[in-house]
Order: sequence, then structure tokens, then C-alpha cells
Amino acid sequence: MRQRNIGDVILDVRNISLAFGGVKALQSISFDVREHEVRAIIGPNGAGKSSMLNCINGVYHPQEGEIVYKGEVRRDMDTHHAAESGIARTFQNLALFKGMSVLDNIMTGRNLKMKTGILAQALHFGPARAEELREREFCEHVIDFLEIQPYRKTPVGRLPYGLQKRVDLGRALAAQPQVLLLDEPMAGMNVEEKQDMCRFVLDINDEFGTTIVLIEHDMGVVMDISDRVVVLDYGKKIGDGTPDEVRNDPEVIRAYLGAGH
Amino acid sequence: MAARKNGPVIALGVVLAAGLAAPLLTGSAPGFYLEVLIGGLMAGVLYSLVALGFVLIFKASGVFNFAQGAMVLFAALALARLAEWLPGWIGIPAGFPALALAFVLATGIMIVLAWVVERVVLRPLVAQDPVALLMATLGVTFFLDGFGQTIWGSDVYKIDLGISKEPTMILQSMFEGGILVSKEDLVATVIATLLVLMLALFFQKTATGRALRAVADDHQAAQSIGIPLNRIWVIVWAVAGFVALVAGMVWGSKLGVQFSLAQLALKALPVVILGGFTSIPGAIIGGLVIGVGEKMAEVFLGPPLVKMWDLAGGGIENWFAYVLALLFLMVRPEGLFGEKHIDRV
Ligand SMILES: Nc1ncnc2c1ncn2[C@@H]1O[C@H](COP(=O)(O)OP(=O)(O)OP(=O)(O)O)[C@@H](O)[C@H]1O
Ligand SMILES: [Mg+2]
Repeated sequence: MRQRNIGDVILDVRNISLAFGGVKALQSISFDVREHEVRAIIGPNGAGKSSMLNCINGVYHPQEGEIVYKGEVRRDMDTHHAAESGIARTFQNLALFKGMSVLDNIMTGRNLKMKTGILAQALHFGPARAEELREREFCEHVIDFLEIQPYRKTPVGRLPYGLQKRVDLGRALAAQPQVLLLDEPMAGMNVEEKQDMCRFVLDINDEFGTTIVLIEHDMGVVMDISDRVVVLDYGKKIGDGTPDEVRNDPEVIRAYLGAGH
Repeated sequence: MAARKNGPVIALGVVLAAGLAAPLLTGSAPGFYLEVLIGGLMAGVLYSLVALGFVLIFKASGVFNFAQGAMVLFAALALARLAEWLPGWIGIPAGFPALALAFVLATGIMIVLAWVVERVVLRPLVAQDPVALLMATLGVTFFLDGFGQTIWGSDVYKIDLGISKEPTMILQSMFEGGILVSKEDLVATVIATLLVLMLALFFQKTATGRALRAVADDHQAAQSIGIPLNRIWVIVWAVAGFVALVAGMVWGSKLGVQFSLAQLALKALPVVILGGFTSIPGAIIGGLVIGVGEKMAEVFLGPPLVKMWDLAGGGIENWFAYVLALLFLMVRPEGLFGEKHIDRV
């Protein structure tokens, strides 16, 4: 059993509703996330899981509800503010910069930490240059951590899918986030790749204390690594609790059987 | 990329190469030939600069910036007039010091312009039809042309970089009579090369440059991870403005700062068609190809044509680039180095 040290609520989602035209993607969803925990969001296809993450980091703007992050109440986020205040994420459909190298992709995740002015950068002026080297070294550590050294200079578009998923994770990690949102990080992977990814996620959580919100379809994985689970179905929350509680919840069982899982 | 589609491109390449070699084979003096070639390359460098501005903006914001030519003129006017006025205003010595200060101020003006364009044009229109954005940049073009006249005046102004107009003779030992090279063109080439190197360094080695590349690669992805698009647009328009200033300075010193600069800058249109809308190397190489092609056609193709069909003569330089671009559009719509589809305009 892993040593757990769960803290206070860091992210509190309250009555979030989001609709696309007639499609109610989220209907008054509320749940909270505690510091240092691994919080899973599960549910059948189209349940609204990705939409939820998109609201949390400001890609989507919910029509109702509020998000309380580190005590600050917000109607909605914008992506820049979310990133600046310590929320990073990965994507279900990779959103990498395909023409750029692995190192460059990961460096873009580090960009917000870089503070020298654009003029200093343009002139490659002393402090800007020192900063560039320092941040690059940090990114090299991320690359080592994820065991993708051999591909540092490879354009991301040329890597196999499993490795692209890792680069996506690396880009998010480079920001040293407090809260890491992972949208199906293991989708489309074989057993071995999944194991690697699980190990990375747990290591991140253990070593850096990063709070993790994770969407995942593989129940085995979810039950293994998460502390608490939210269950969504057709935009509604139908369950919330520890993996054991959720697993035995009749409504959850019904939703999953009904969706053919 | 399908190999069979390369057939027509290769054919066109062979024709161009043959055209390039023809004068030598038909007995033009090698020295003179080289002189024309170098002249063409140097003119091409300037086309490359303007094309670079186009490509930067297109890559980062998907906007076809029709106003790039007007920006060249506006920047050149600002530079010329400020360099003229500053000595009177603050007593700075005329000549190089005034020009240097004017350059700094003009850079500032182009940055302000970028900011205003982002606020007033891009931000409100960005979710709209690309045609609306194209129209908006047309609006910016006319605004800059008119507003430029209002504040800077509409005569022909001079930018004096302090370079003599006398051509120099080089390689006298190798060719009979040597090769005449214009000093201005030489300086222009050096300046343009430096600018391109600086931009390359900026794009490859700095955080902001990386963000620009990220936005160019996939602007939605960039936004999702928190790269602020609005700020990136200001930066990229400012960079394009700076490139326009350098092009305007060099061109203006050669031809005088006047309205025709804006039209000359539209020569960059065939250049980006040739090089590809999204390719920076394409803009540079495209510029050189057009520059050389034009000069060669003017000098070596023009006179025989005129003689053969008893034409009034001249003017090849004006249409050659467009014909070349048209041919290119037919055989390779994405340009030499561009990505397959241009679906954002
Ligand atoms: N940008 C959008 N525009 C229109 N509809 C959308 C958009 N994003 C999501 N939806 C709709 O919202 C609903 C929830 O989608 P969402 O992607 O959040 O589900 P999900 O739980 O992540 O599903 P999956 O397991 O397939 O990833 C779906 O009906 C989807 O079609
Ligand atoms: Mg999803």
C-alpha cells in the first residue's frame, strides 16, 4: 500500500452546467478534489468527462456554476490563467505540436515559467540566455523521467502513438503543475505501455505530490490507482466515492451494463 | 506525398534551369551574365524580406495580410520623415545619429501598430469567416496608405544610409572588364541576411519564438495549454512590422520613399505562392528565384522577344513574376515548401 498524505480540498467544482446547443454535456455537476489525491472521472462514451476537464482548465466555459480553485471562486477559467496558477493537462486527442521536436514540445510547457522580457530574448541577452539554459535543463530531467531520451530531437509527429502520449504528459509536467488533468492517458495502449504509464502517474503523485484528476476507461487501472472516483453518465453525476463504494453502487452498475461495458 | 505529382514540377524546374543556362550557351559574356545573376539575387533578397512578413503572419494567425506592402511603405515613411525632423526637434545631429534614433522610434511605431491591429481588427473578427479577415487587412492597407500620407506627407523622401551610389568593380582578374556590383545592393544583402539569421535564432532559441512556432503549428492546441493567442498575435505582427521596416529602409534608400514602394512590395505575392504560404525557407528561396528570374528575363529574354515580334519592348520585369507564380499554382498549389492545403484563406 502506498503512503498517502491527502490534504484539503484544492479544487471544488460546484453545479457546473454546460450545453452545446441542445446537447446537455454537463448538468449541475459538483465534486471536489483534495490536494495530493488521485481522483478519477469515469463514465461511458459521451458522458461528459472530457467536457469536465475542459471546463476546469478553461477550454470550455460553463453556462452555470462555479469553480473554486485554491480558494479563489471563478465563474469560469481561461486557459492562460489556469496554466499560470498551476493547472496543466494532457489531451484525449493529442494536441501536440507535430512539427516540433520532443524537446521543443516539452519546452512549450515550460514557457510560462520563463520571465525574461521578449526584447532580452530577442537579443539573446545574458539573463534570457541563462534562463533558457536553466529551463532546458529542467526539461531534460522531465525527458529522463519519462524515458524518452532517444527521441529528444525527433519531430513529435513521427513518433508512435504511445510515445506521443508520453510527450503530452511531459509537456504538462514541465509546467510543474499542482494539479494535473489527464484525459485518458492510457487509451489505445498495449498492456506494457499501460503499465509504464501507470507507473509514471503514480511516481508523479508520490514524488512531487501532484494532485491528479484522471479520466480512464480501464476499470482495472482506475481501481488500482485512484483514491476516489466520480461517475458521470449522460452529463449527470451518478456516483462518487472510493473505488470500492463506486464499484458496488447499483446505479453505476446499471449505467455501465446499459452502455454495454 | 505522391511521387507522380512531381512530374510537372520537375518539368517546370528543367525549363527554368534551361532558361537560366541559355544565355551562357548562346554566347553572352560570362562576366556580364554573372553581373545580371548577382543583381537578380540582390533584388530577390528584398522580395524575400517582404514575403517573410507575409508568411510569419499567415503561419501564426492564418490571416492573409494584404497590408504587408502598405506596412513597408508606412514604416519607410516614418523612418525617412523622423530622420529628417528629429534634428530640428531635439537637436540631434542629422545623418547617422538621427537615422538610428528614427529607426528605434519607427520600430516603436510598428509595435504600436501591431497592438492596434490586434485589438481593433483581429480580436473582434477572429471567429469570423476568413474572407472577413482578408477584407479587414484590405481596410488596413488603405488606412495605412492614407493615414501615412496624412502624417508623413506624400512626396518622394530620401533615406540616406551613407552608402555611395557608385557601383564597385569586383573579380577583375577573373572576367574581362570585371563585374559591376552596386554597393547599396551589397549592403542590403548583408542587412537582410543578418535579419534572417536573427529571426532564425529568435524562433529556434527563445521561449517566445517557441510559443510562436507552437501557435503556428496548432493554434488550438497552443491555446489549450495556456499560450495566450492575443499576445502572440501582437508579437508576430510586430515582428512582421519590423521586417517591413527593414525592407522599407533598404528599398527606400535605393529608390526613394514613395507610394510605389507599396506596390513593389506586392511582388511578394508571387513569391509566397512560389515558396508556399507557410514556409519561411520558402519565402527566402522564392524571393531569390523571382529576383533572378525577373532580371534574367528582362535582360536576356526581353530583347529577342521584342525583335522577334516587333514589340514595343520592356516591361517583362513587371509580369514575369506573376506568370511564374501562375505556372507554379498549376503544377504545385502548395508551393515549393508549403504544406499540402491552404484552407485557412
Ligand atoms: N466542442 C463540442 N461541440 C459540440 N458538442 C460537444 C463538444 N464537446 C463535447 N460535445 C458533446 O458533449 C457530450 C460530452 O462529450 P465529452 O467529450 O465530454 O464526453 P466524454 O465523456 O469525454 O466521452 P469519451 O469517453 O468518448 O471521451 C457529447 O455528446 C459530445 O458530443
Ligand atoms: Mg473524452
